[in-house]
Amino acid sequence: MSDLIKKGAAELATLIASGEVSSREVTQAHLDQIERVDGAINAFLYVDAEGALAQAELADKARGNGSSSALNGVPLALKDVLTQKGIPTTCGSKILEGWRPPYDATVVTKLKNAGVVILGKTNMDEFAMGSSTENSAYGPTRNPWDVQRIPGGSGGGSAAALAAFEAPLAIGTDTGGSIRQPAAVTGTVGVKPTYGGVSRYGLVAFSSSLDQAGPCARTVLDTALLHQIIAGHDPKDATSINAPVPDVVAAAKSADVKGMKIGVVQELSGDGYEKGVADRFAESLAILESLGAEIVEVSCPNFKFALGAYYLIAPSEASSNLARFDAMRYGLRVGDDGARSAEEVMSMTREVGFGSEVKRRIILGTYALSAGYYDAFYGSAQKVRTLITQDFSQAYQKVDVLVSPTTPTVAFKIGEKSDDPIAMYLNDVATIPVNLAGVASMSLPAGLSEGLPVGFQIIAPAMKDDRLYRVGGALERELHKQWNGPLTNQAPNLVGQ
Amino acid sequence: MALTYEEVISKYEPSLGLEVHVELNTQTKMFCGCATVFGAAPNTQTCPVCLGMPGALPVVNEKAIESTIRIGLALNCSITPKSRFARKNYFYPDMPKNFQISQYDEPICTNGYLDVDVETDEGMQTFRIEIERVHMEEDTGKSLHVGGATGRIHGAEYSLLDYNRAGIPLVEIVTKVVSGTGKYAPEVAKAYVKELRDILRSLGVSDVKMEQGSLRCDANVSLAPIGSGKLGTRSETKNVNSLRSVERAVRGEMIRHARLLDKGERVIQETRHFQEDSGGTRSGRSKEQAEDYRYFPEPDLTPVAPAAEWVEQLRSELPEKPSLRRARLQSQWQVPDKEMAALVNAGAVDLVEETVALGADPTRARGWWLGEISRLANEAEIELTSISITPKDVARIIELISAGELTDKLARQVVAAVIAGEGDPDSVIATQGIKVVSDESALIAAIEKAIAAQPETAEKVRNGHVPAAGALIGAVMKETKGQADAARVRELLLGLLGQG
Repeated sequence: MSDLIKKGAAELATLIASGEVSSREVTQAHLDQIERVDGAINAFLYVDAEGALAQAELADKARGNGSSSALNGVPLALKDVLTQKGIPTTCGSKILEGWRPPYDATVVTKLKNAGVVILGKTNMDEFAMGSSTENSAYGPTRNPWDVQRIPGGSGGGSAAALAAFEAPLAIGTDTGGSIRQPAAVTGTVGVKPTYGGVSRYGLVAFSSSLDQAGPCARTVLDTALLHQIIAGHDPKDATSINAPVPDVVAAAKSADVKGMKIGVVQELSGDGYEKGVADRFAESLAILESLGAEIVEVSCPNFKFALGAYYLIAPSEASSNLARFDAMRYGLRVGDDGARSAEEVMSMTREVGFGSEVKRRIILGTYALSAGYYDAFYGSAQKVRTLITQDFSQAYQKVDVLVSPTTPTVAFKIGEKSDDPIAMYLNDVATIPVNLAGVASMSLPAGLSEGLPVGFQIIAPAMKDDRLYRVGGALERELHKQWNGPLTNQAPNLVGQ
Repeated sequence: MALTYEEVISKYEPSLGLEVHVELNTQTKMFCGCATVFGAAPNTQTCPVCLGMPGALPVVNEKAIESTIRIGLALNCSITPKSRFARKNYFYPDMPKNFQISQYDEPICTNGYLDVDVETDEGMQTFRIEIERVHMEEDTGKSLHVGGATGRIHGAEYSLLDYNRAGIPLVEIVTKVVSGTGKYAPEVAKAYVKELRDILRSLGVSDVKMEQGSLRCDANVSLAPIGSGKLGTRSETKNVNSLRSVERAVRGEMIRHARLLDKGERVIQETRHFQEDSGGTRSGRSKEQAEDYRYFPEPDLTPVAPAAEWVEQLRSELPEKPSLRRARLQSQWQVPDKEMAALVNAGAVDLVEETVALGADPTRARGWWLGEISRLANEAEIELTSISITPKDVARIIELISAGELTDKLARQVVAAVIAGEGDPDSVIATQGIKVVSDESALIAAIEKAIAAQPETAEKVRNGHVPAAGALIGAVMKETKGQADAARVRELLLGLLGQG
């Protein structure tokens, strides 16, 4: 096994830039690792070895021409919910089987322009609906820390690819925690940027007002470098914010929390939070305090309504967003025998093409938007959303960032919660308020509980994404001293599994 | 016991509601950069956005917003400081996303009005049509259902879809209930659509071609017994593709409703399709069970918040109102009321104005457009504005007549040839070898030939019976295939016969 795969993105970029290794070697090393371990992990739905090597050669040429990109030649795993021209994009669903998008997502364009090498597309809960990647139509992804356990979801594939050293960088998307919860349970770093901070153009929509693509890596600095590349205003996305991207790389490097006020969200603790999770969280707070931050308790009383509001808003938007999958223009088509009507073909295709969780949410959303129910459901949920946003803005009058455990528990076993949607939904109780308010948030590893990773969540005001990196960078520096490097270095060796 | 229209209006009071859809003539679509050229090869003006590809996102066309605000201002509407787009959800193959981006409870323009003039028994009367809202939305694609008896999706063997139209900006203009029109309801409906069309044309925001679908009218009609103070059940008639059809559709529906009500039957709330040939309507889908479109605010778009200064600037730049312009032109041209009304009804005002602007005499320009050209348009059953002769052609023809190079009769021949697509007046004259015969020796020879052929008639003229000359002139004109100037023939003939 090449030691290149154990290196982080920043280090690889430096090695490539100096000419010590080529992007081609680095890319090949990761393709080899995918070949070796992905049978056990199932992080990838599609590996584009040929395309990746071709991009690597371009990156090597760009180096010769003096590329200024901070991640030139570094490989990356792309969540299968973003379009990449000519590369199959399924969103983990049967209904999109065989579809090759005719265009690149803006995030993909930015990656290509920066010389980042896209290895392939990663597994996910179907249309990003889930917290375990068990809802993928192409089989679950397994957690590299324990292959009997889930890697989180919906972006389990991206997180597992990082933890299994199949890629040093990954792109995820986060609608209610789909970047942060997988990061937490795989011992990796994931950031949900401010809503509008990263273009959604080419991100296949689950819930348009909540979806946000973001960077994932094994260290805070690597995450910042990727964040800087994919962020920024996009005229193709009307909800994209037209303002300068906060300097997240400088923030990650400064990693200075002296004098910062850090608020602990009272509502995101207590019952339901495992002891190991609570302990690692408390230890992290102690570290931040020792670094000169002031820790205060903050109450966000409306957070208790967040889960309910989320499960009205997200399915409502999904019921409309997913209407386009109708067998008429692309993807799966079932029952088209020449005798059946268009409606019948649509209905049969959707029956076969969508999994049960997707159907559950489409039905829920259709109901919530129906005449006579709209005000009680969708309307009330929007009011809750406003209240939660107010909770955040009041809190930020007192503190610079908020913190909580990312998830109440460590990774659970595959199949453990698949029959209990509510138990599954509760996994995201700490991450969902962030999406409802559109603020920025990071999960980074805080240590292990009984051998499994625990995540620490930082939440910053909108367009203050740099604060995530200051706090995360500071905490990480101290923890890396304890662990002698990134937590993922302690993950079991997967070779031979 | 078929009711006549007079019987209908003696018993019932009609109420109207008119919904007009206007395709804007922006260069690009409502939410993407695709071209909007009419009649392009199917599916050549599409992209991931207007095809509703997974991941694609809409971005609002600023020009479409501007056009819509200008329409709202011209219709005396209030402009909403912050309006929103909403999704209208329903499944249909010509709608790529299976939802239409439209506006629902927060339209961009509200509460306006449009005054229209209608000729009544008591003379010209003005009716104020109140506008409830003007909102923006995207058009759907076009389906062509092949096979099957009805040309509709049910029973078709297969359907062809063209998404070139998908995403073209549409503006929907909805009136409040129009009542108090009494028997003039059909004329008021027509006058409203026509006045609206003129305003839209003067704003330059749309092609407003009803036959091409860039202006479409849905007419809601209901009847209630006179004095009941209630509204009856309405029907909504679609597929009304000309001004004349608007009038016919409203009248037809009034009669149909009245017949049902007279028989004690009820009017079904439904969509009906206007039949151009019969002038009647055919039942479409029933709207008795209200469709639930599950409207909700479009999360991919931010609210439309036009700056107040911009709106005021657009207001200050509005063109002259068509009604004011008509009054101005009438006085400039010194046209009597009745003839001005005829010009307006024929849709000839713009044509005459352009012809006059090119140097033609207003009276002659009017004469040609309202006379010969209107006659040919009627014959071809097309609108005057769609006939293929331009004000430039007409101005040139008038110029040639004034110069004595064409007679009225020859000019009619040229007009017909231009309309038939044989080229502009000068090339028609060149190819057909049309010229006024002014060679006097040839004329005199023809006259002498006519005198020789009809000696008795010639003798009568010589004896002072001048009207008899007509037969001789006719013979000369026949001989010269109509190319001679009849007035000159007469002059020469009378001279030769001692009557000059």
